[in-house]
Amino acid sequence: MARHPITEDDLVARFGPHLTTAPPGGWDAGVDADREVKTHCCFCGQQCGIVLKVKGEEVVGFEPWYEFPFNEGKLCPKGVKRYLQNGHPDRLLEPLERDPSHPTGFRPVTWDHALDRTVREIRRIQAQHGNDAFAMLSGVSLNNEKSYLIGKFARLALGTANLDYNGRLCMVSAGVANKRALGIDRASNPWSDIPLADVVFVIGANIAECAPITTSWLWRARDNGAKLIVADPRVTPTARTADLFLGLRPGTDSALLGAMLHVLIERDWLDHDFIRDHTTGFEAAAEAVRDHTPAWAERITGVPAARIEQAAEWWGTSRTGMLLHARGLEHHTKGVENVWACINLGLATGKYGKPGCGVTTITGQGNGQGGREHGHKCDQLPGNRDITNPEHRAYVASVWGCDVDEIPGKGLTAQEIVEAIHRGEIKGLLSICFNPVVSLPDTTFTKEALDKLEFYAVIDFFLSETAFHADVVLPGSLHEEDEGTSTNVEGRVIKLNPSKSPPGDARLDWEIICDLARRLDRGHYFPYTHAEQIFEELRVASKGGSADYAGITWERIERELGVFWPCPSEDHPGTKRLYEGGRFHTEDGRGRFHPVRFRPPAEVVDDDYPVWLTTGLVESQYLSGTQTRRIGPLVAQYPEPLCELHPRLAERLGIVTGDLVRVTSRRGSMVLPAKVVATIRPDTVFIPYHWAGRQAANQLTNRALDPLSKIPEFKVSAVRVERVGPPGTAVVDERDLELVERDTRGDAPRTPPSEPGEGGG
Amino acid sequence: MSVQVPVSIGVKRTPATRPVAGAFGDSIFVIDQSRCIGCKACLQACEECGTHRGTTMIHLEEVDRAATTQTAPMVCMHCEDPTCAEVCPADAIKQNEDGVVQSSLKPRCIGCSNCVLACPFGVPKYMAELDQMMKCDMCYDRTSVGLKPMCASVCPSEALWFGTPEQFAATRTGVLVNEWWFGKQHVATKVRTVADAPGSIDVLAAAGARPWQDDPFGLEELDLDELDDLPPASGGGA
Repeated sequence: MARHPITEDDLVARFGPHLTTAPPGGWDAGVDADREVKTHCCFCGQQCGIVLKVKGEEVVGFEPWYEFPFNEGKLCPKGVKRYLQNGHPDRLLEPLERDPSHPTGFRPVTWDHALDRTVREIRRIQAQHGNDAFAMLSGVSLNNEKSYLIGKFARLALGTANLDYNGRLCMVSAGVANKRALGIDRASNPWSDIPLADVVFVIGANIAECAPITTSWLWRARDNGAKLIVADPRVTPTARTADLFLGLRPGTDSALLGAMLHVLIERDWLDHDFIRDHTTGFEAAAEAVRDHTPAWAERITGVPAARIEQAAEWWGTSRTGMLLHARGLEHHTKGVENVWACINLGLATGKYGKPGCGVTTITGQGNGQGGREHGHKCDQLPGNRDITNPEHRAYVASVWGCDVDEIPGKGLTAQEIVEAIHRGEIKGLLSICFNPVVSLPDTTFTKEALDKLEFYAVIDFFLSETAFHADVVLPGSLHEEDEGTSTNVEGRVIKLNPSKSPPGDARLDWEIICDLARRLDRGHYFPYTHAEQIFEELRVASKGGSADYAGITWERIERELGVFWPCPSEDHPGTKRLYEGGRFHTEDGRGRFHPVRFRPPAEVVDDDYPVWLTTGLVESQYLSGTQTRRIGPLVAQYPEPLCELHPRLAERLGIVTGDLVRVTSRRGSMVLPAKVVATIRPDTVFIPYHWAGRQAANQLTNRALDPLSKIPEFKVSAVRVERVGPPGTAVVDERDLELVERDTRGDAPRTPPSEPGEGGG
Repeated sequence: MSVQVPVSIGVKRTPATRPVAGAFGDSIFVIDQSRCIGCKACLQACEECGTHRGTTMIHLEEVDRAATTQTAPMVCMHCEDPTCAEVCPADAIKQNEDGVVQSSLKPRCIGCSNCVLACPFGVPKYMAELDQMMKCDMCYDRTSVGLKPMCASVCPSEALWFGTPEQFAATRTGVLVNEWWFGKQHVATKVRTVADAPGSIDVLAAAGARPWQDDPFGLEELDLDELDDLPPASGGGA
């Protein structure tokens, strides 16, 4: 059916993103606050402590929270300007229902109408097509309480197996690899271990732009004499000062890491005692890299063999070392294997469970750590339990007070849910905290899928590009309006304190979920009147699981400035460093090597698509940009996506900085300004992904999934790059400045650069 | 590639006799440009200041983005004998007892921009809408009550840093520099920068330069067949 009563541009004009460029009342209004609230930043997994200044029902500014140990007052620009998402003109203040006859495409309705219609559609679809035909998608910018609640809601109120979350697009490959190899899915160390490392190896992690505060931890290590090795297709600001840079080709991480293991074995830079006493599977892992010589890896990765040998020497001969990885390593069809290749380096050299020793992912999303532990993954129950394990199911059923058979089995993963929608197997969807139109690969496919839904309800605070496709929109709450906990990149459970109430008729997310459950006649499972009651139940439900929060209370978190899980009892201090004494969380207590042989990415360059594309983030935007594309000062820092390419490639293609270029893959095509920089590999282009519509990098990316974790391969596509129009016609910087100066409050948002006619040279 | 330029950094005269109380207390402000990641947290936080809301006093430059991600933040260096004040025809720029050089006094400033042109560090900004020069005043509202300056509070990389010399010595590496020669003019500053080692500074080499930086992707070492195989630009190219 025709789902768009009006155009996407019309929706953008009404619902944004528009920009707030000044605090409530304007810059001259002063910052007289009634109160200050100690809480945490909502943008990224670092979860920096921040003091919000609040006046009445508005957050009007911030103050550094110097005492919070992770960041000691430090903030990136997103943290500094996060308060500008308050009082935003785009904020959804009342429930909406799609109405083609309404001038804005959506008409305001009452909560009763919106919720009753949603419940009616859920029942209709499930009666006609089965429970699993109604799916739910969630996200890990939600706090722990909501993550837990949604896991329970989908299973007991919706009765669907098909619940998954946007961590599936984040670090889930690291989660799978860690669980299988080490028995637990958490950072191996508190960040205070980084300065104790003699060598820090960063692979596929643009720390400066994506986890900025971790930069200070890197420098503490370097001030103590540590060597820094960075592997990345780009000379990121973190790579710029590295002692050793490995500028690898996208999709070749496991070749680089395999060659490093090869060198460690060949030169006997191994911890034989650790391998013997605390691991299994070394021989098979060694056999797998027997032919992964540095000379071979040089051809695969493009990194000079001497540098690979140097990296192996520093890693292998240093007494202590930390290996940090992130999306650049994990967003691959071999994401799990890439992480295993990292773990192999840690196990082979005994770099686990000691001060300054560990191998860890840097979680990206706000609650990327806690949100992936308590049951809103398709295969998971609270405490990072396994939904297919009869004992785990029985325990959680006993906590929930339900029959174990009421808990559905394992469902589809996020991308698979969208594909099942596209095939017509899933007919209805409820989503919260997820903007798949921007964040999933192959945008065109995602939009087609959403338009096939018989019914789609969205809980959100702004009308995201995904919510454009909704039938019912339920206005939810911002981070600073709810109370609860999250778990930071280190595994430290922290307390989020509310600054204000939701405006207008917007409601707290957890209250909306509980209301829906009541209307589905499942209210007896959701009797909460305060968010802390949800956390108290989470504590019990996680008890004995690998992510054990049983000993953590809201009061303890505030008093101790965070508690590290696992924390099985209230007299337990929490666990800062995992694997101490070489004890892993596997059944036999041993860390498992996995044999990893390099295999190519799902798509490789060829004559038609001869250039590698890799995607990522910029420091001023958060994920799909639903929030940060509405904050003027952040938009001003990097107003639109640019295509980074090397001068050698640019010269060959006749492109200079500012030219509009068309980048085309097998999925789609986009036009954007070029930025010619010597800081990227000559065979690779980079586009940041935060934008929507014609500016969406995910128009180009590939839906290919890692077989184990189902993470998409955002980091490798094959593309063609060509100049659009005559050479040297656009000067990006000046145009951006003009646009940003013009973009005052309430003005129309930026439109993507229009595509000039074909010119050629 | 490496060119030694004798920008003299040696000790040229006895340290300042001015008392170091007031805004700085026992602390020093240190800029280590080499650590800057260009995130602009400092700019964003600076404009939150109660005394110049909406206007940032920090300069953050891309050194040469086509070649490097190196960026360079700049706050006022708070010179002991401030050139900006010396060249001001209206005597509008005042220095506090504690060494902080203030923005121009509004009643006096005639907006001539002498200071903007004369400052050897390029710090003062002429604000056309106010017809007045403004500049970093070391967050006087914060530092005078014992708080850190905002930029040095938020800086994720500690490229901008505020603390005591003892703290610096205990936790940081590099040599603090606060004396400069600009032609024949000697300038001593309250704010320090960081050099790798004592002596004159190689201004063309990034601090902490590493051999790989001349050829990040090993293009000289390797045959890049893939690039050579790239087809020419469609439509003929330039």
